This record gives sequence, C-alpha cells and structure tokens, in this order.
Amino acid sequence: MKSVQHQNGREKEAVIRIRGLVNGFGSKLLHDHIDLDVHRGEVLGVVGGSGAGKSVLLRSIVGLNRPKEGTVEVFGQPTSEEIESPAMRALEMRWGVLFQEGALFSSQTVTENIQVPLREYTSMGQELMDEIAEIKLAMVGLPCETGDKYPSELSGGMKKRAGLARALALDPELLFLDEPTSGLDPISANQFDELVTQLRDILGLTVFLVTHDIDTLRAVPDRIAVLVNQKLVIGTIEELRKNKDPWIQDYFSGVRGRAALASKDTASEEAR
Amino acid sequence: MASLENAAEPEAWFKLDRDGRKLAVGGAWTIAESARLDRELAALNLSEHGAVAIDASKISRLDSAGAWLLLRTRRALEGADAKVSDLHLPELYRPLLETLDQPRKSEPRKSRIPAGFRGRLYKIGRTATHTLFQTLSMLGYLGRVTVETLEAFAKPKHNLRIAAIFQQIEETGINALPIVGLLSFLIGVVIAYQGITQLRQFGAELLTIDGLGIITLREMGVLMTAIIVAGRSGSAFTAHIGSMRVNQEIDAMQTMGLNTVDTLVLPRIIGLVVALPLLTLYADIMGLMGGAIMCYFDLGVTFPAFMRELQQALEVKTLLVGLVKAPVFAFVIALVGCYEGFQVERNAASVGLLTTRSVVESVFLVIVLDAAFSVMFSVLGI
Repeated sequence: MKSVQHQNGREKEAVIRIRGLVNGFGSKLLHDHIDLDVHRGEVLGVVGGSGAGKSVLLRSIVGLNRPKEGTVEVFGQPTSEEIESPAMRALEMRWGVLFQEGALFSSQTVTENIQVPLREYTSMGQELMDEIAEIKLAMVGLPCETGDKYPSELSGGMKKRAGLARALALDPELLFLDEPTSGLDPISANQFDELVTQLRDILGLTVFLVTHDIDTLRAVPDRIAVLVNQKLVIGTIEELRKNKDPWIQDYFSGVRGRAALASKDTASEEAR
Repeated sequence: MASLENAAEPEAWFKLDRDGRKLAVGGAWTIAESARLDRELAALNLSEHGAVAIDASKISRLDSAGAWLLLRTRRALEGADAKVSDLHLPELYRPLLETLDQPRKSEPRKSRIPAGFRGRLYKIGRTATHTLFQTLSMLGYLGRVTVETLEAFAKPKHNLRIAAIFQQIEETGINALPIVGLLSFLIGVVIAYQGITQLRQFGAELLTIDGLGIITLREMGVLMTAIIVAGRSGSAFTAHIGSMRVNQEIDAMQTMGLNTVDTLVLPRIIGLVVALPLLTLYADIMGLMGGAIMCYFDLGVTFPAFMRELQQALEVKTLLVGLVKAPVFAFVIALVGCYEGFQVERNAASVGLLTTRSVVESVFLVIVLDAAFSVMFSVLGI
C-alpha cells in the first residue's frame, strides 16, 4: 500500500534495466539474452538452482562482472564501465550490496565497517557517525556491543546482519541482497524478512533479492524471477505455481514449497 | 570526487518561531543533508529557548539518518525537562521513527589500558609475556614436528606423502633456479671485482680467485640461497597455510582425521631440506662462473687457468662446510614458515602480518645460525 504511494507518478520507472544479457564461462552458457526491469519501490526475488548463475547476475548488475553481450543500466546509467571510475562511484553511493558471507573488512570493527561509506561520501563528525552506526546496528537487530567486535569474533548470522547494516549505511535507494537469510535461524530469518519489507515501505527502497529461502519468497518479494534454462521466468508467486516448467513445478510444489505456501494460505484465511 | 552532499534535492531546513516555543522542520531530511543539519542543530542551543514542540509536518523526505537527527533533537528537548507532544510527522514516516526510537543501551567505551606510566609498563609487560609464550610455543612446535618426523620415517608407507614432497621440491627448488642463479652470478661478479681492485694495490690480483672461491663456497652461496628461499618459499608456506586456516580448510582436515603435520608440514620440510643443498651447490657454481668471467675480462685469466688456480686454493672440505649448513637452514625456514601459517587468525590482515613475521624471523634465524656455525667451525679448527 505504502509502496504504491512512493511510486505515484513514476509507476513504471525502471531502476534496473537489463537487455539481452549474455554471460558464460568457457563454453558453458549461464544467461542467454536475458531481459529484466526492476521498478522503483519493488522487491524482486531471484531464484534458481545452484550454479544457475544467480550471483553472476547480481555481479553483472553491480559491475563486478563484465557481461559477454548485452547492456545493464542502473538508474539509467550503464554499469559496464570500469568499476572504480567516477561515473560508477556516483552510482555506488546510491546502492548498497550485501554479499553472501557479509564481506566485512576483517581489519576493522563492525562500527568502523559501517562508517566506511559514511567517511567516504559525507562530512559527518565522528559523534554523529558513531550514532548512525549504532542505529544501523539496532535496525538490523544487533546489540550495540557488537560494534566493538571484529568480524572474526562474529557468528555467520551476525556477520550477515553487520553486512546489512553496512549496506544500509548511506540509506541507499537500491539494495542488493545475496542470500540474506541462508544460515540464519528461522526466527532471525523472519525478522530479516520483516526488516526488508519495512525498509521497502518506509524508505521506498528497491530490493534485488537473491534467495533460496521459500519462506522469504512468499513473504517479501512483489515479483519473482526464476533463472531456469539460462532464461528468466518472471511473475508473482501464484503465476509461477501455474507455470509448466518442470524445475519451477518442483521448486514451488515440492514438499518445502507446498508447506511454505500452505502456511501462507492459512494465514491469509485467518486474517479474513 | 563524488560525494553524496552535492546531490540536488529540496533542502532540509528548521526554524524556531518568534517566541522560541516551537521548532518547525521540513524539506528532505536525508543523509546527504545530515552533516550540515548536525552542525547547525548543535549550534542551536535548544534548552535556552525552552522550546517544547516540534512540527515535522513539512518533511518531504526522511531516511534513517534524518530520522535519527529528529529523534535526537526531541531527546535533547526532553532532557531539558520540556514535555514534547506530537511531532506531527507525516504518517508515512512514523514507523521509521518508531523503529529507531529505542532506549540507548551502550555505555561509553573505556580503554582497558591505563594512561601514563602504568600504561607503558603494562604494554612492556604484555609484549614480554607475548614473546615468551611465542618462543615456548615455537619450541613446542619444534618438538611436535621432530616427533612426527621420526614417526613418519618409522612408518614411511603410511605417513610420508611422496607426491607432495616432490611437488614441494619442484616448487621450492626447480622453480627457484633462475632467480638464485642470476643473483649468485651477480654476487660472484661483484666479489671478484672488489677483490681485483683491492688486491691489485699489492700486486696480488691472482689471490682474488682464492678469496672468491673460499667466500662463495663457505658463506656467500649458502647464505644468499637461504635468504632468497626464505623470502620466496618461507613466505609462501605461511601465506598458503594461513589462507587455508582463514578458509577453515585446516579445521576440515582435522575433522576428517588428517594429521596436519603429516600432510602440510612434513612435505614442506623434507622438500626444502632436499632442495636447499642442491640449490646451494648450483648457486656456488653460478657464483664461481660470475667470478671467472670477471677475472677473464679484468685480469685476462682464461677459464682453464682460473680452474687450476681454484683447484690449488680449495679443498673438498671448503665445499662441504658450506653445504652442511644448507639442510639446517632449510629446516629452520620451513619450520618457521609453517608454524607462522598455523598462527594465522581468521582474518585477511593476519595473513599479511604473519607472512611478514615469518620472513623476518627466518632470515634472522638463518644469519644467527650462520654466525653460530662460524664460531663452531673455528673452535673445531675446520
């Protein structure tokens, strides 16, 4: 509901626009002429089998991986440029990326990690930066003592949250999440899902969410893109359940998928 | 340079009304503006004005940095005993403020190290105990490796990884041939040149060849090779084993019941103990060749004449005195390299730190041992 308000007047503005993307290693093709639009204020979930190229797709969008063919534009700007160029820097302060293992800088404390983008792009005083770091930690559900710890002292789930806090440091318009809930306990994963939804609603965030977690998929994204046979199949969860592709059928109608979706149905009935 | 702060946005503003009772805020309170807002809000002494209300209804955009500033302002007012009623924040942004509005739990951090003289004393003590424990731990490691080596040779079929040993010999020995050869050759040229210039004053140029032969075989060949290998292979051992620790590969091996000394350390130690003497012999030959070429051009001594002169000056003993040091140096370099690799903690900085330490320590130990050998040989009269 609220997200719609954000989109008013710019309903179909594509934040990410991919045309004819081809990626592959050697003779193995990962993406075969993929087209994709991600709209402002939308959460797009991306799923696919292991090794189907979800992470490569994400890397192509943020410019870490130069595609063989095709164009990728973020906020109307191609990301195929040299990743450290000034044009890319202007983009990089408008997005935040959470990598699978958190990718925290190991020689810095969590607080210092969160302050890296603040230091780079703003002229805040140290006191305000400390406060911002603290509220970011609170936002991702970490106790503030965590701020003084080094990444090597954190558990996998905590690293992920700290990585998210760093990705959120600049209040970005676009957030890339690479398997944010894998390795989290179900309670934390639920909280994470709620957090992402909340951020989308409040800040009008656009989220590109790579995930395997079918609970996250039913709770969070507006649309889901399935990477199957080197192509993208895009739709809502209901549309995808009706898709005839065997992999998609297995994915959404397998035991785990059915259980997760069933709980959604009962939940919506209870709501009525 | 790109900065968030020159983005074109409707400016954030705040204004105290005339009697100073109400603070009106508006515009885009976002991170791009927050550094400026922070400074300006700090300059505004709110408690002085006795303001009691904040009107945030004109806020057009709010992100978490802006929301925090708003929240902090309200708290400052409440701290000054003013009862702040509603913020009149647009409905859309209320959940954000509520999310952030949690009591602050953190205590100001205190450093554990006291200031002044006691602090300095504390640091000296900490370094001293650290060094002591490190030395003890290294000795313990030496013991463990020795025991495991003996066990491995007692049951060579089971514990010796022949393929890995040969791989290490190739990596540390054969692949080092170009660099060791070139540097030894150049050192030979330099020694011969210096010898000729100095000894010419006494008309004893030909003694250069004797000096060159003795220096190269006894000291220079083995020392140069050991130092190059410490920088080249010792660092590689630490970095490799260290990265394996960072990746939890060592943990994985241990849970599979693989003995890390057998699999990682012994092949490196045995490989280097085999490779370094061979490299030393090669370095000796290259060094002598460098000297021979210098003598040919500077003194006109032909190669056969050079060899005859060498033959008179040297004994087999001279060569052996140099070569016997090589396996000892190799053992120390490999031991330190592997030991420091296992000390790596699970972060990237630690790999770099310990690799540096490994090279410094092994070069240090090589030179100290070389001095010890010299003393020992002179006492034994060799």
